Amino acid sequence: MKVIGFIIAVLTGGLLIYATVDFPEWADPASPASMHVSPHYIEKTMEETSVPNIVTAVLADYRGYDTMFETAVIFSAGVVCFLLLRIFLRNAPEERLYRHVLTGVTIRIKRGGRLPYSEDFKRIDTLWTPHDLIIKTISRLLIPFIQLFGLYVIAHGHHSPGGGFQGGVILGASIILLAISYDLRTALRRIREKVDAILCAAGVFIYAGTGALCLLLGFNFLDYSALASVLHVDPVTARSHGILIVEIGVGITVMATMIWIYKNLASTGKYDEGL
Amino acid sequence: MGDLIQTIIAKYNYWIYITLMMIGLYAMIAKNNLVKKIVGMGIFQTAIILFYVSIGAKRGATIPILEHGHGEQGHEISSHMVHAVDYINPLPHVLMLTAIVVAVATLGVALALAIRVYNRYNTLEEDEILEQIREK
Repeated sequence: MKVIGFIIAVLTGGLLIYATVDFPEWADPASPASMHVSPHYIEKTMEETSVPNIVTAVLADYRGYDTMFETAVIFSAGVVCFLLLRIFLRNAPEERLYRHVLTGVTIRIKRGGRLPYSEDFKRIDTLWTPHDLIIKTISRLLIPFIQLFGLYVIAHGHHSPGGGFQGGVILGASIILLAISYDLRTALRRIREKVDAILCAAGVFIYAGTGALCLLLGFNFLDYSALASVLHVDPVTARSHGILIVEIGVGITVMATMIWIYKNLASTGKYDEGL
Repeated sequence: MGDLIQTIIAKYNYWIYITLMMIGLYAMIAKNNLVKKIVGMGIFQTAIILFYVSIGAKRGATIPILEHGHGEQGHEISSHMVHAVDYINPLPHVLMLTAIVVAVATLGVALALAIRVYNRYNTLEEDEILEQIREK
């Protein structure tokens, strides 16, 4: 298998390298990819959508249909991870570990055993985890700023590099950081599974709903200039606002999906303890 | 000789991506461990992303965010002030922006499948899994 694989890889590579003879030169301004629709996007974006970041305008407006289904793909990836891995535990796990916060003493509770009544005991993962004060404190300080930055990236996608995908990933990463630095149960208390599932679907719904609203107002699907009458602005500004609305939808879906996939993978579907 | 060097300078970026892509393809075909196959898929995707982004490049152009496009001045910009040669092609960036996030999503699904396989067969080595399937 190794030899066959090597021969296939070398042959394909050779064919592809032979094909590069016809390719445009590196950074050639007159390459075919830059001659067709791209000049229209660059020169007309400001007139048509009043969005300085051309990438955002093309992503959410000119190619909005494509991006809507990309969002649907991400949503379905989250659902697939859930369906593949999730196990609903009927009975309690074999044994649980608790740590006394003040003294650092760890006790093991077998199934059926009961914890001495006290507020000072905290459940910890079965794979022994040390009490790492520095990591927890730093993460707790950093997470609000990471989330603020994520919101900034979504909201300023019109004027600077950013948008729903990037901001959503940053927001999701902040919750994953919480799950890594504390434990999975802390992250689950912040964002429960049900919230994940609802947010995941809500983002796609916001995107598709905006498109359907345009349709109801008598315009094409995802033609945001239809929103001018709803938002009381001129059609060009309405397209800019429409882009923001769908970017928020994308951000919600991406954030929820990242967290959901992480939870399923880290705990192999048990949502009990993980990583 | 000068002609050859000219070709190499103009095209070597494609060769780097093709090399990366073939490393990924080889890993997907020949590696025995499922996680290594997934890593190979990641390398393959990265090569495609680099290829697309390099197609969008233009000599002497800047990132596709219009200058002075903010605030009050923004409304004064009209089409004759913006020239396509000054900004790199935004289209490959748009396509790859979504491709990166979809790559993360497919990675999640691939790892979920790998976890299921591991739970069932207690191994991620392909030959051992095939052996267990044949025994049944």
